[in-house]
Amino acid sequence: MKHLTADVVVIGGGPAGLAAALAAHNEGAKKVVVLERNIELGGILQQCIHHGFGLHRFKAELTGPEYAQKYIDLLKETDVEVLLETMVLEITPERTIYAVNASMGMLKIDAGAIVLAMGCRERTRGALRIPGSRPAGVFSAGSAQRYVNIDGYMPGKKAVILGSGDIGLIMARRFTLEGAKVEAVVEALPYAAGLTRNVVQCLEDFDIPLHLASTVVEIHGNERIEGVTIAKVDENWDPIPGTEEFIECDTLLLSVGLIPENELSEGVGVQIDPITNGPNVNEFLMTTVPGIFACGNVLHVHDLVDNVSKEAERAGSFAGRFALGRLTEPKRRIKVKAGENIRYVVPHEISTDEPVELYMRVQKPQIDVYLEVGELRRLRKQMVRPSEMLDVKLTPEMLGKISGDTLTIRITAQEEVGSGA
Amino acid sequence: MRKIITCTVCPLSCQVVLELNAEGEILSVTGNKCARGKTYAIKEHTAPERTLTTTVKVKGGVHPLLPVRTDQPIPKEKLAEAMLATAGLEVEAPVKMGDVIVENFLDLGVNLVATRDI
Repeated sequence: MKHLTADVVVIGGGPAGLAAALAAHNEGAKKVVVLERNIELGGILQQCIHHGFGLHRFKAELTGPEYAQKYIDLLKETDVEVLLETMVLEITPERTIYAVNASMGMLKIDAGAIVLAMGCRERTRGALRIPGSRPAGVFSAGSAQRYVNIDGYMPGKKAVILGSGDIGLIMARRFTLEGAKVEAVVEALPYAAGLTRNVVQCLEDFDIPLHLASTVVEIHGNERIEGVTIAKVDENWDPIPGTEEFIECDTLLLSVGLIPENELSEGVGVQIDPITNGPNVNEFLMTTVPGIFACGNVLHVHDLVDNVSKEAERAGSFAGRFALGRLTEPKRRIKVKAGENIRYVVPHEISTDEPVELYMRVQKPQIDVYLEVGELRRLRKQMVRPSEMLDVKLTPEMLGKISGDTLTIRITAQEEVGSGA
Repeated sequence: MRKIITCTVCPLSCQVVLELNAEGEILSVTGNKCARGKTYAIKEHTAPERTLTTTVKVKGGVHPLLPVRTDQPIPKEKLAEAMLATAGLEVEAPVKMGDVIVENFLDLGVNLVATRDI
């Protein structure tokens, strides 16, 4: 078995891994290695050929591959080592990584610090418990995206899409442009889950019907899918009898959520947050296992790649500092708690002396509210939606004012605050 | 006559109301919460544009397809024609991001460019 050592090993060469590796390198880590199981860097961005990426980061509307290429080009100018087609099998708490690839065989890498950047996976049909047979033609939206945009295959001619998240909407447009007919996009929520821009440019532009507060209740067909039955749902997402409607199709795309891919993290004993399905991290984006950091969609599912890059830069640079022995533990840590209408906040713990950016999501949409960060900040928001991640920066000056050992984030209505006691 | 346009400039998604005369000329714009919303709604009514992103075939690359885009938005009604025009294209690797695949695409004054190295 080949034995290597490295200051920082980054697992995953998508947007998070690329930014983390660059940051670790810039922090002064001598040897930085990226392990990527695909044949190339860039991760999911390579199949997201539509534009709209990088508005914050590059002040331009880039396509996914363009965004990735910018980071790949930056990485090429460094001595960061990239091992492609390399699958990580196991990580130990002592930060030894076991991996395998076809040219080197088994690898054992001793790392000063590890950055987890494995991204996420799509939720599949099995998780939805849709009754019916098991015919061909049922795809997760991201798989279909890969077939169409990278491999050059069209999965079908007549499609129904379940889920109105951005991937579902983008695929509705992509299928239509490639000559397929999209019969319907079906969404259980009473509103579209994705960005309005995508509802307009991907559905309305092509007169694709959007069925809200509806779901697929049956899949028909034996060899190949022949259609689906959709029905209205009540507020508990239970189908309402008598509202069923049959739609003929040869393809069903599922765009029903993403799940952080944490098998390796769990294997090494990293504590996982049951809400985000990602590791619990502190202000350094360090997991509960010392020297192991996490960023990007493996930590929590993001909606903007710009935020992934920003978060990953922090994780990479803290990993670099850890490997160089320059990361000092703070005197005091504060637990961050999700209060009213907050589903989760990352990081889970912060310190009073490290500037930090909190990322959070709300549970339900609300209009004209305040985002309250303990007693430290109160930010006015015209609208909050579960699909749009919120972020708040906290400076050491603000953090120094925290009394007690918890900081609660909550959403409050503007009227209530104005008329407060 | 009245036309409602959902503004896509920011997540607020204002429902911008255009009052139109019989010729489709704009008489008034209301419902927008900022100036960008007005500009957007007028543009969307008079000459809607979209950036086309798609793929063309590539020979000798790591993948059979090369992602491409128009370097400027094109008239929305030209999207279908543009897709047909890209269907017959094939390029040879190596290609660099930004390389022009078709100059003055469909005589629209925009270029079709590669969006990655392959």
